[in-house]
Amino acid sequence: MSDPIVWIILFPLFGAVLCALAGPWSKTICYPVSVLSMVASVWASAKTLLQAIEASTHEVSYILGGWSLDLFPRGVGIEFRADILGGLITLVVTGVGLIVTLYSRLPVQRETPGKESMYYGLFLLQIAGLAGIALTGDAFNLYVLIEVAALTGYGLIALGSNRAAAATFNYVILGTIGASFYLLGVGYLYLKTGTLNMVGIREVIEANQMYDSPAMQVAFVLILLGILIKMAFFPFHAWLPNAYCHAPTSTSCLLAPLVTKVMIYVMIRMILTVFGVEFTFESTLWTEVMPWLVVVAIVCAAVMALAQREIKRMLAYLIVAEVGYMVGGVWIYNYYGLIGSIFHVISDACMTLCLFLGAGIILEKCKTTHFDGLRGLFARMPLTMIGFFIGGFSIIGLPPTCGFFSKWYLITGGMVSERWEYMVTLMFSTMVMVILFFRLIERMHLAVSESGQNLGKGHGDLGLTERQTRFDEAPLSMLIPLLLAASVVLIVGVYNQDIVDQIEIFLQPFDLPTGVHYE
Amino acid sequence: MKRVALIVVLLIGLLLAWAARDFPSWGDPHAPASSSPVSSHFISSTGVDTEVPNMVTAVLADYRGFDTMFETVVVFIAGLAVVSILRGGPRRRTRDREFVVDFEPDLIVTNTVRLIVPVIQIFAFYVLAHGHVSPGGGFQGGVAMGASFILIALSWDLKTALARFPLNRCFTVAALGIVIYAGIGLLSMFLGGEFLDYAHLARVFPVSPEMARYHAMLGVEIGVGFTVTAIMFALYASLSTDGRMRDGL
Amino acid sequence: MFEEGSIISQLLVERLNYFIYVVLLLIGLWAMIAKNNLIKKLIGMSIFQTAIILFYVSIGVKEGATIPIYLPEHDPHGSHASAEHNDTTASGPQVLEASKVSGYTNPLPHVLMLTAIVVGVATLGLALSICLRIYRGYGTVEEDDLLLKLEQEDSQNSGGFKKRRPRRRPSSAKAASGATRAASSEKSKSEKTGQGNRRSRSKSPAKKSQSSPASEGKKPARRRPRSKKPKEGDS
Repeated sequence: MSDPIVWIILFPLFGAVLCALAGPWSKTICYPVSVLSMVASVWASAKTLLQAIEASTHEVSYILGGWSLDLFPRGVGIEFRADILGGLITLVVTGVGLIVTLYSRLPVQRETPGKESMYYGLFLLQIAGLAGIALTGDAFNLYVLIEVAALTGYGLIALGSNRAAAATFNYVILGTIGASFYLLGVGYLYLKTGTLNMVGIREVIEANQMYDSPAMQVAFVLILLGILIKMAFFPFHAWLPNAYCHAPTSTSCLLAPLVTKVMIYVMIRMILTVFGVEFTFESTLWTEVMPWLVVVAIVCAAVMALAQREIKRMLAYLIVAEVGYMVGGVWIYNYYGLIGSIFHVISDACMTLCLFLGAGIILEKCKTTHFDGLRGLFARMPLTMIGFFIGGFSIIGLPPTCGFFSKWYLITGGMVSERWEYMVTLMFSTMVMVILFFRLIERMHLAVSESGQNLGKGHGDLGLTERQTRFDEAPLSMLIPLLLAASVVLIVGVYNQDIVDQIEIFLQPFDLPTGVHYE
Repeated sequence: MKRVALIVVLLIGLLLAWAARDFPSWGDPHAPASSSPVSSHFISSTGVDTEVPNMVTAVLADYRGFDTMFETVVVFIAGLAVVSILRGGPRRRTRDREFVVDFEPDLIVTNTVRLIVPVIQIFAFYVLAHGHVSPGGGFQGGVAMGASFILIALSWDLKTALARFPLNRCFTVAALGIVIYAGIGLLSMFLGGEFLDYAHLARVFPVSPEMARYHAMLGVEIGVGFTVTAIMFALYASLSTDGRMRDGL
Repeated sequence: MFEEGSIISQLLVERLNYFIYVVLLLIGLWAMIAKNNLIKKLIGMSIFQTAIILFYVSIGVKEGATIPIYLPEHDPHGSHASAEHNDTTASGPQVLEASKVSGYTNPLPHVLMLTAIVVGVATLGLALSICLRIYRGYGTVEEDDLLLKLEQEDSQNSGGFKKRRPRRRPSSAKAASGATRAASSEKSKSEKTGQGNRRSRSKSPAKKSQSSPASEGKKPARRRPRSKKPKEGDS
């Protein structure tokens, strides 16, 4: 087909509708339908990315409704623009969605019996919404798709248990505040420019030189504030730990890697495409303030992650810290920082996926994710632990996992733009993450509980019965997606130069400073 | 907490008021929004492109039809999510006394409603179909239609309304609405145009491209109406009975 | 203070609509953050979204313009067009010239707000169903009560986990702390049972507290296999 870009969204949409239609009659049809529609969507997004890479302007533009730019003014129809950045993010979204769909068969049956058809309907619509956010070129369409992703997220979390519903309420309030601030900001933009198309807005800003207009600056603040709330940037992160911790397993595996990263993509898109580099970095004083806010965010999130005694909560605070990395990478206003930020979006999605899939398997087999329940896991589930700790080493930043390379670019950006606070914070948080993950490994080999009680009978004895230490690996439908995710982490790391080359092609038209001593 | 919230809110208010200095005056015809090429095109050329007198419906269902499709999807998501959140699970031990209302359907109310509901439903169809020429359209007509079922549920009891429109049928009708909408878009795509480019439907229907847009807009509005009707009723049924689909208001 | 161009005049006279919507927005935002009752927070959310809708609609206003539906003389179907307008133009639809364009209000903000209203209704419905679920599970819609109950439940879950570990050699310190933990959890559980909480665990701690001082070494998991799994799946 010649226009795979629109099929990326249509396949999950039809899959969801099919699940809702066929669900009441046949419970078992939802899983195959979901997997098939996700496979088709991954194929369509791969094709779109290839089209974007090979096109002469490095973007694919598709106007829904056929209101082509030759005959009608820009902004009459809704435009889907897949440039290299959008194509990469869409591929990541659909790929992660496919892996979690494969993984989700057992957890959905176990945790939400009787609701599978509605669960898969919401699941596929969430992926359609997130992929649409990465592709759209219209500011109001972006709001509608943000709300699609948000509402499906609320539904997916709240249908788990009462505790999950209580956690979702806070998420609903904060998420609505965030999306409404974004809508208000778009309203200010429309008021001053008269168009909703992203490229069209920038054309009007540049033609009328609106850099000093208070309304534009407040529009920028409102949009940024709304997106920061939705991406759980400290101090707006209060909804994230509870929501992701108490959510059903496959929900947290889908939402945790994707939602916050797609919001970071939205921030990058707003900065680069809508407002332009000149407006953002030179006309506002955010460039001075943001890196310090980022420092506070990363330090607080890392310290709070240290205080947790449960894997899923620890991982949730790690997400908040990683969001801090990416926001900092953008706001240090540097070429390498932005490369690092974009590459970190891709790699963080993969490694968070790995970690949450592993945590879900631990929950499934050990019935708990508290640190005390991890004793002897290396003997029981070696493959799961390998997958989980590949994700963990990627978060720490050990080569050849992708986390190493993204941290490399972020630290380079911090150094050449002479933002020492950001660089020192990155180092500090890397040390904290080393402690976090090696403490997990230690917990699995020691016989001391979190409260300090000694449970074993001396060196090497974990205090467990024979039955508890024999080989009892995770079911294949959960293990294979985890190993797939771990191998993606390694592959993205090994082939990072190809991806970074494409990112550099994307960043070429924007005039970003490359630093003091480099070329 | 309330004081902190007050301070934060006042700061945001100051920020917004500071921006208001720069706004165009209220009703200024030369404001950027009102004089931009986009809105001028909508006002001047809707008749030529689509032959629909109501510009708002034309922009909603044709020029920005993709937004409307996702809006329909949002309604569908709300229905799915509400029903799945409230379904199942252990209930509270108070024997659900809060939800049992003991009454007999009143004679006057039921007979009045028996006369009114068909009129409401025909009016809902009218609002939907006449949305091309007067204010109206799929959402408005769909809500009126859903309200007619809610009226039946209020004046008799929920069981009577559910007998006419059970929850499974609600979701089938809602999904069908989205299939109609996306199906018209797909048909346009298979006929060679872009997704939701209704002009290409003129190849299979014996009308001009502009009238093809006119009729396809009616088709998508019908799809929207289906979804909104079904989900409005499903939302009411679920929320008023805490998911049990029994008793209720 | 009220002369032309001063800040008061600008806010309240020339740009009255923006000032009104800012006030509404602040009221809604304050209610969402500061109110204690969950339903009041949702009402605040509704007010907040309504203020944004009002703002958008006020963008499209043009002085002296009519609604964005073609008047009979511009009607594309031409059925109501009077005879004298037809001499220079064909009978089909025409592109309007600029003077006529300014006679119609901008249709785009209305379209955007149709979408935003529907999205707001959907969010409100979802949030209300979450409130119902919270009421079903915890018996309250006041935020401070809810937070208390959630804290108790969370501490039980992490404390309760420790109680379920198999005890090979119950040291005295562990037994003492276990007994106090069992006593406090029994108290909080009896509070919850008194308020009509139907959680399935509430039956078993009554059994458990009687036997827990004596049976520190027994693996509680064996006694209630049924109720454990859904709870672990829940938490």
